[in-house]
Amino acid sequence: MSDLSTDRRFWVLDVADRLVRLPRRGLLVGTLLILGIVLVAGWALLSGDYEIGIGQVLAAFSGTADDPLAAYFVTEVRAPRVVAALVVGAALGMSGSIFQVVSGNPLGSPDIIGFTTGAASGALISIVVLDGGPAVIAGGAILGGLGTAALVYALASHHRTVAPYRLVLVGIGIGAALAALNSLLLVRASLTAAQTAAQWLAGSLNAMLWPRVELMCGALVVLAIATLAIARPLQMLAIGDDVARGNGVDVQRVRLLAVLIGVALMATATATAGPIAFVALAAPQISRRLTGRAVPGLVASALTGAFLVLLSDRIAVTVIAPDELAVGVVTGAVGGAYLVVLLVSQWRRK
Amino acid sequence: MAERSRSWLVVLVALALLVVAVLVSLSVGSNHLPLGRVWSLLLAPDDSLEADILRNERLPRTLLAVVVGAGLALGGLLMQTLTRNPLADPGILGVNAGAGFAVVLGVALLGVVSIWGYVWFALLGAAIAAVVVHLIGAMGGAGVPTRVVLAGVAVSAVLTSFTQGVVLADREAFNEFRFWVAGSLEGRGWQVLGCVAAFVVVGMVLARIAAPGLDALALGEETGRGLGVDVRRTRTLGMAAITVLCGAATAAVGPILFVGLAVPFAARALVGHDQRRLIVLCAVLGPIWMLAADVLARVIVPGQEVQTGVVAALAGAPVFLALVRRRRIPAL
Repeated sequence: MSDLSTDRRFWVLDVADRLVRLPRRGLLVGTLLILGIVLVAGWALLSGDYEIGIGQVLAAFSGTADDPLAAYFVTEVRAPRVVAALVVGAALGMSGSIFQVVSGNPLGSPDIIGFTTGAASGALISIVVLDGGPAVIAGGAILGGLGTAALVYALASHHRTVAPYRLVLVGIGIGAALAALNSLLLVRASLTAAQTAAQWLAGSLNAMLWPRVELMCGALVVLAIATLAIARPLQMLAIGDDVARGNGVDVQRVRLLAVLIGVALMATATATAGPIAFVALAAPQISRRLTGRAVPGLVASALTGAFLVLLSDRIAVTVIAPDELAVGVVTGAVGGAYLVVLLVSQWRRK
Repeated sequence: MAERSRSWLVVLVALALLVVAVLVSLSVGSNHLPLGRVWSLLLAPDDSLEADILRNERLPRTLLAVVVGAGLALGGLLMQTLTRNPLADPGILGVNAGAGFAVVLGVALLGVVSIWGYVWFALLGAAIAAVVVHLIGAMGGAGVPTRVVLAGVAVSAVLTSFTQGVVLADREAFNEFRFWVAGSLEGRGWQVLGCVAAFVVVGMVLARIAAPGLDALALGEETGRGLGVDVRRTRTLGMAAITVLCGAATAAVGPILFVGLAVPFAARALVGHDQRRLIVLCAVLGPIWMLAADVLARVIVPGQEVQTGVVAALAGAPVFLALVRRRRIPAL
């Protein structure tokens, strides 16, 4: 116990006769991320075609604004968009961190293994063939994502083991076939349906309204609780299957649960905002580097993901103003570049 | 000697198949033309609607499929030999995405409209993307096939995002682009065909000049040098050929996946590793593959036409999956 209290990496708190260790660097990084999120969120609430000052924004939230139009823009247009960005980002970050821990490979993220394209196919079928509303689209995305993940795993496994590089390559192959299917669906649609679908496919937070955002928040809360419930055994899995087994963890069960939760998180985010590329890949890796840990932590990944999506959305809105890019285009470009950096640094080390 | 006559036999059979594929492609479509009618119209064109369809739609389309198929298959073959990587494909390695992005930029920013204008953008984009992907992939040490593929996927992702960004910002471009991006052979006409054919012929000549050197390089760089091959010259020739072949094909019909992967794979299974034979066979099998995909694209959904690139990707993906599911992926 003595080394515990002198270890400078942790703060030790005495809570009801139990010592709680809190990592200093993790807390610092978390605080900075939250600060960053608050700043960017403030920027998002303040900017737009309609000029609204800080006083008006605060008044809008407390319900005392004199300008009803300003109050409407702040609470009904800008705020849901900010919340949606945060929730989608957090879900993607957590999902990515789960997948990377389970596969033991930064490349085992849902973007790379074709999951995102599968969810997109499911949603596109719902839009173009079934002409469905938001609920049907969400269902389609979830089914599409689950089906693709299962198919990729099945094709990549050899004698019940899955080599990471094969998982990635099979994911690429399936992803390419599904992308072809997606453009097939896109071409067969009418121009209006095609444009809706194309907007959705690029991943957009445009025209986000409260009912959809609230639904998403509810799903995230449930899934976040489920994730935290398996957080400890998951961290042990990250150290190694043997260590986890030695500590009494049912490895297969935890892995299955983790993948199911990861898929559900990914599908929720995709169903809300369309496929937002590479956040699930980049957020856990960036948070891992920031916190200086060997394994990406769940909370840090969620915060990083939320910050990334929020910032990317701001970039998407401002970069070709007055026109607007889809946020997925920005994350695709930035995340793809990050993937290049990640690959190079990994290969350099070896 | 026996092996040599066998590969000539293979090429002859393939040529016969190509003739059949061309005839089928001339005959099948929303206006079905019986084979006999196609033949008589080819020999003696008259003023009928059918003659017009044949002359201005079927014929250029079929020839374009032949030229593009040959270009992509040869481009893929050269890529696989140069990188000694059986998974190399112009689509996977980002060359098509590079060409696509450059074309979209040309269309959106400079208002380029004709094929003779944007083929240059495609070539430039293809060349830059090929070099960038190659450099990134080589960073992890040469000879690891999966790394170049990952580098290609990453670069493609960046380029595709940029392309999407430009296209979504420009409605006019979007309508044109959604057909182009799926890889379509429809309604390209004689002008596009002439331009692409010119470039593909140049690419084929470059490939033929590089072939002996490539054969030696395939044994490894050291061995190649020992056999008196100018490694740098061979590589430069090969890269130039890849750029011209894939860039021109992409400019004409949009990005098409897996033709460059599947055709050389089949050719190698038929005639072995001799580069000169492979070049000849790929130049025949590529068009067959492309024509088959295009004919399927015309009939697979009744009353409507599907993009050729979509069929090509769906048909080629299983080959790619079969390759990566092997126990180890051997370097070529």
